[in-house]
Amino acid sequence: MAETISMPKLGFDMAEGTLVHWVKKIGEEIGQGDVLAEIETDKATVEVESPAGGVVRLHLVDEGMVVPVGTPIAVVGTADEDVSAMDVRPNESAVPVGDAGGEPESASSMGAPPPVTPDINYGDRRIKASPLAKKIARDKEVDLSAIEGTGPGGRIVRRDIEEAYSAVGRPAAQTESVQPEVIKKPQDKIVTLTRLRQAIGRRLADSKQQAPHFYLTHDYKMDALMALRKQVNGMLPDGEKLSVNDFILKATALALREFPNLNASLDGDTIVQHGQINVGVAVTVPGGLMTVIVKDTDQKSLRQISQEVKSMAERARGGKVKPDDVEGSTFSTSNLGMYDVDEFIAIINPPEAAILAIGSAQQVPVAAEGEIAIGWRMKATISVDHRVSDGAEAAQFMQALAKYLEEPLRLMV
Amino acid sequence: MSRITMREAISQALWEEMERDPSVFIMGEEVGVWGGTYAVTKGFYDHFGPERVKDTPIAENAIIGGAIGAALVGQRPVAELMTINFAFSAMDYIVNQAPKLRYMFGGQFRVPLVIRAVGGGGRQLGATHSQTPDVVFAHFPGLTVVSPGTPEDAKGLLKSAIRSDDPVMFIEHATMYQVRGEVPDGDYLLPIGKSKVQRPGNDVTIVSYSKGLELSTKAADALAKQGIEVELVDLRTLRPLDMEPVITSFKKTNRAVVVEEGWKSYGVGAEVVSRIYEDAFDYVDAPILRVAQKEVPLPYNRTLEQAALPQVEDIVAAVKEVLR
Repeated sequence: MAETISMPKLGFDMAEGTLVHWVKKIGEEIGQGDVLAEIETDKATVEVESPAGGVVRLHLVDEGMVVPVGTPIAVVGTADEDVSAMDVRPNESAVPVGDAGGEPESASSMGAPPPVTPDINYGDRRIKASPLAKKIARDKEVDLSAIEGTGPGGRIVRRDIEEAYSAVGRPAAQTESVQPEVIKKPQDKIVTLTRLRQAIGRRLADSKQQAPHFYLTHDYKMDALMALRKQVNGMLPDGEKLSVNDFILKATALALREFPNLNASLDGDTIVQHGQINVGVAVTVPGGLMTVIVKDTDQKSLRQISQEVKSMAERARGGKVKPDDVEGSTFSTSNLGMYDVDEFIAIINPPEAAILAIGSAQQVPVAAEGEIAIGWRMKATISVDHRVSDGAEAAQFMQALAKYLEEPLRLMV
Repeated sequence: MSRITMREAISQALWEEMERDPSVFIMGEEVGVWGGTYAVTKGFYDHFGPERVKDTPIAENAIIGGAIGAALVGQRPVAELMTINFAFSAMDYIVNQAPKLRYMFGGQFRVPLVIRAVGGGGRQLGATHSQTPDVVFAHFPGLTVVSPGTPEDAKGLLKSAIRSDDPVMFIEHATMYQVRGEVPDGDYLLPIGKSKVQRPGNDVTIVSYSKGLELSTKAADALAKQGIEVELVDLRTLRPLDMEPVITSFKKTNRAVVVEEGWKSYGVGAEVVSRIYEDAFDYVDAPILRVAQKEVPLPYNRTLEQAALPQVEDIVAAVKEVLR
């Protein structure tokens, strides 16, 4: 009858041992009391004797493996009996020892890596601030790099942030003189620019200065689109309904197919007309705005576009935007229709060639067959870099866009 | 209320508890006929007799071991260690027997023992008679460690310790017996394991106990004259350690100093500061400093002894540093 041999407890507080070396190989004869294997504990390497005699039939543990005391490590029996039932290998908690030696902990016994907290270090310069100051800075969205620290070693402490915030200095603790009654004047509030604000400022200031912008406005007949949207949304569950902007994004993308020169970037003295059409959508986030991008907008369905924009916008607002969400746009759009803006002019996102600013869709009096009627109209204004394109092309693009917006079934095919 | 000394407060607590409960008795070196080396038990022997005020041999392990035995069979011994430095002769009894018997016997036995021990330096008694090894005892679960800093706390806490069914190490300070304070008359108890704000303030928190409390109070007075309002939190009990008033205070002031007479390394401050960082990290406006004894065996020479012990100026300097 074959016998299973387990990792022996070789010391009072031994919990696990390393099978360093099989002295008897599989198939070798072994007498009771003969050395079967060398086992290493954290105190020493010990020659372990086999409690049974016979033939070594199975090694259940490989050389170098660490297993807990009591784990089956070998089977000794007669040369030909069936030992398949005893062929039980230890589970994955036993991890092979590397060359470094010692006892590695199993993956399950290691704690999760410490959570990475967002770093309040800007660039290479380490900002010294007390934990309290950092907390206040986080809560009030204050940029610590703009604050002078007066603590030891230039450490920023709470009072530094408080002073940066208020124009009123701290009253001296020792003064006992009576303050005359003064009528309080309204105080200025000093707000330090966040990193996002600074970045937006830099890029768009460059854009406005470098790119010779020109602008065209086109008033779109939105009746068919509004009706189609109503119909389609009637069939969609709550939370998945399409917005007017979803339609506009698709329409823009399809129109850009016909005008590759507006789906382009200026690169020195060459114009790169992009193969992909990735339309960007401006999203308001705390402290500024971000442009999230729908890749291959022309090839996606309205529902897909809608879902993608919703999830990317949510990520952006929550500060969890992925790099992929905001890189690679070939044409941008911005929609202020929800704020009742009739029309506006946007600044091109460099290095793109153009940006489309969309106003609100509203019901207005219109001329129809010589009569006054009520119709849905929406103004969109395109800003174009005159180094890349000119008025006629831009105007024709806006006409092409009309095709898709005013005959919205085209968006479905 | 009466204005009495720490000695009188402790003496009153012992007397009242012995009158109240016949199972309470005192044992220790010179506690009976002599009346106690610090005169705490003066008059007890004549009133309560040798059965209840027992003079022992100079054998701390026998004192504590015997007290544990008495406690196990239902008495309430108050054993005295003439100085806490002698506790090391009875270490196994104090940390291995008394606090663990209840657990290891599965609750079949309780050990309602109080060990009164006198600690601290400043009387030129030499290195082996001047230590403040409080943390050594506070390290062990199962052992309650109390160390009052005012007469009112001393009386109320000693009564609670005597009435507790578990072993309590009650640490007094050799140079504080004549400190006076307001103490309620008659019977009253104070809760073991509760820290107390002894003095409110808004600018900085000082955490201390026993002698450190006395020094910190003087430091707070000096700082108040310079416009700095110190909030003084008295731990009163080292185990179990009540951090709640400490954290509440720290969240208000954001800056703290811990004062102890023991050595800084591995001391009370090390524990208190760790817990503040753990529980109030976002409220830390400056590193928390510890004022403690210099890392030397305490000298016999008077000047050197004072140089090694923490002083009021050290506390004032630490507070100023922490407010920088």
